[in-house]
Amino acid sequence: MSQSIFEKIESEQYRKEPAVFAVGDTVKVHTRVIEGEKERIQVFAGIVIGRRGHGINSTFTVRRISYGEGVERVFPVHSPRVEKVVVDRQGSVRRAKLTYLRQRIGKSATAVKEKETRRRK
Amino acid sequence: MIGLLGKKLGETRVYDAKGTLVPVTVVLVGPNRVIQCRTEEVDGYRAVQLGFDDQKEHRMTKAAMGHLRKHNAVPVKRIREFRDFSLDVKPGDVIGASIFAVGDYVDGIGVTKGRGFEGVMKRWDFRGGDASHGSKGWRRRTGAIGQRLFPGTVRRGIKMPGHMGQVRRTVQNLEIIQVRAEENILLIRGGIPGSKGDYVVIRESKKNPKKEATAKA
Repeated sequence: MSQSIFEKIESEQYRKEPAVFAVGDTVKVHTRVIEGEKERIQVFAGIVIGRRGHGINSTFTVRRISYGEGVERVFPVHSPRVEKVVVDRQGSVRRAKLTYLRQRIGKSATAVKEKETRRRK
Repeated sequence: MIGLLGKKLGETRVYDAKGTLVPVTVVLVGPNRVIQCRTEEVDGYRAVQLGFDDQKEHRMTKAAMGHLRKHNAVPVKRIREFRDFSLDVKPGDVIGASIFAVGDYVDGIGVTKGRGFEGVMKRWDFRGGDASHGSKGWRRRTGAIGQRLFPGTVRRGIKMPGHMGQVRRTVQNLEIIQVRAEENILLIRGGIPGSKGDYVVIRESKKNPKKEATAKA
């Protein structure tokens, strides 16, 4: 009985339209930033290098190279502060976690990942 | 003072209005049945007796059942009195989560999880010994517990290994994050002692009471 109550409490908080993206995708994460009174949208663009967790606890990590420095940000998937996740390019990767990108330096070799291979069905 | 008997269902996290994840304890707090109202004239003090968690009658003791029959109450597992109840209730009433509101502060009372016989590091946060640097056989020990011939005795109350947990503990000033009146469920910020399914007491915070409630009383 109590388990169903937990599912109810947690599923109430899930985002209405689930953000569809996969590890390896190049995405733009639109986040709501509250500065004093005003609220604005900030975009964090990079590569999704991992997802973890279940349900309300699930998060994803986005990595980008910002002014030559690698930056990673972790977003909760269901956070209301994440406005939306826009997929710019789909990546095709063979791993669940792209930690190997951290070792890579240089321009395209790192930031731009495995090329987009659109599988036609 | 207002309070309820409840059952801890577990812990999870919810987003608040600002989008911050808040850790919460989910507590089932009803139905709480008012069994008896103690009054100044009859009993010498004012209190409300609440019963929680309905029970089959054949599982009750005769003593408890006799008391409940006297007040025409249904069999319940838990009975507890709350002194100086600031809500106007009478025997037979059923109260629940809705007596609290979002933003109220409460104290959570429960029995902590039993840890059994525990060493001094877990029980009293002693430092223990070095893990390396040639340390041998002195990693989790107590250390010295006294001096020499004078005073020749161990001071009273010195911290030693022993039984830990399974004691009644109160956590004060917990904020109510959500009230789910139809399910009789409260979501309360932070942790409350006890494991899932344990009985707990949720009462109005001693140090941070409801403003209008104190005004009424």
